[in-house]
Amino acid sequence: MTAAVIIWLTKFITGASVRWVGCDPVPKQRVYFANHTSHLDGVVLWSALPPSVRKVVRPVAAADYWMAGPIRKYLAMRVFNAILITREHVSAKNNPLTQILTALDAKSSIIIFPEGHRNDGGEPGEFKSGLYHIIKKRPDIEFIPVYIDNMNRILPRGEFLPVPLLTCISFGTPINVAKNESREEFLLRARKSVNDLRQT
Amino acid sequence: MNQQFNISNTTLWLLGGIIAILAISSITGFILSRVSTSEGNRKTIDNLNSRIRSWWVMVAVFSAAMIIGKGGSVLLFAFTSFWAFREFITLTPTHRGDHRTLFWVFFVITPIQYYLVYINWYGLFCIMIPVYAFLFVPIRNALAGDCERFLERTAKIQWGLMICVYCVSHAPMVLTLDIPGFKNQGANLLFFLVTVTQLSDVFQYVFGKTLGKHKIAPNVSPNKTWEGFIGGILTATLLGAGLWWATPFSPWQAAGMALAITLLGFAGGLTMSAIKRDRGVKDYGNLIAGHGGVMDRIDSICFAAPVFFHLTRFFFT
Repeated sequence: MTAAVIIWLTKFITGASVRWVGCDPVPKQRVYFANHTSHLDGVVLWSALPPSVRKVVRPVAAADYWMAGPIRKYLAMRVFNAILITREHVSAKNNPLTQILTALDAKSSIIIFPEGHRNDGGEPGEFKSGLYHIIKKRPDIEFIPVYIDNMNRILPRGEFLPVPLLTCISFGTPINVAKNESREEFLLRARKSVNDLRQT
Repeated sequence: MNQQFNISNTTLWLLGGIIAILAISSITGFILSRVSTSEGNRKTIDNLNSRIRSWWVMVAVFSAAMIIGKGGSVLLFAFTSFWAFREFITLTPTHRGDHRTLFWVFFVITPIQYYLVYINWYGLFCIMIPVYAFLFVPIRNALAGDCERFLERTAKIQWGLMICVYCVSHAPMVLTLDIPGFKNQGANLLFFLVTVTQLSDVFQYVFGKTLGKHKIAPNVSPNKTWEGFIGGILTATLLGAGLWWATPFSPWQAAGMALAITLLGFAGGLTMSAIKRDRGVKDYGNLIAGHGGVMDRIDSICFAAPVFFHLTRFFFT
């Protein structure tokens, strides 16, 4: 019920048009990795997925933001079924990677923003190494680049009222990691695969 | 102030006529899809049929708004403006510094403009956007403190507001015109405006597709040809003249009005295309299957509505 309202509201505010450029909207196990410019990114991407895909998908989100206050907590835990990870004081005990791998082993798909924090829009910022570790450990899963356009204009950093522009979400061709590819090379290529979806 | 109207027999005839035309189009489209074999034709005909299907939806929504009455029509055009404006701003690069200005424009200025139509406050309706919003936009942008391309950014918001909100709001404003001997029939006048502009678009498309050879402005709109222009304008003007019985005009006056509307509609389509070309896109959006965005459908009304409103107001009230 809450989910239906959120999906409807998100689609109304962002007029979400969705392009499946390099893959099909099927409920395969996948890692969707996207650029990050707005708090709404996760919700918008989650709403854009067809119901069968949405059922198996879990967004990876920052615990410090989503555990603050009962409403966010309820949304993260009950509606989005998010994997909440710690951004500070990471230890062996609360290693985000372990949480993500556990979720993947339970057959969930995940949504992840490899920049780690919100960017001001345009070209995505540098990717953190988490994505590389995941693909190295679970190379059989499809890794899909996603570009979310215009969200930085709809709700930029530091604003709390959205402007109802139209967003466009593009899903690209799956990428994988080559045997002898270094971490830096892979992360650059992953970032480029997201950025390449900007204009096409 | 009190401009309540009920749907009249004349309006019912007009709606019936449109539904008949659509039914004929759907049947023609169906037959064409059965007989065509070549790949190129197939594409054109699929697009034609998806356009016709969208027309059914648009006519249904427009009719429902008319039957509800003035409130329904004002609300329909308010949402149309809102959607066209968001398509326009989405396509126009704006800065972070425009964010709050845009919030005001979307959620305060646009609703006020349509509220003014609803309460029929003609004086403020005419100047709210050209004077107050015109000054408000640069002031709010300046307060935001971002000077980069300031004039350009401000002008884009002002221009979008004029075209998408101010111009379009003149369409439902014709409902408030007080024409002697034409009491409570504003709906027919609005119907005349919308039908003639849209028929003109349709016939320009049909003549252009079938006979079109000589391009008018190939850099701006490769689909606009002299054959489409002349065929479309003449046909729509004749059809507009044929609708005189539903309007306060004589047949000749109706023809003159229809000619003015169709010429401005053409100019509107051409102008809004120039913006699309500059931004490197084909359509403003994808809300209406086969047509593109809302802005693609109403570009002709944007330009025709204010002139039609003022011509009618000047000569007939």
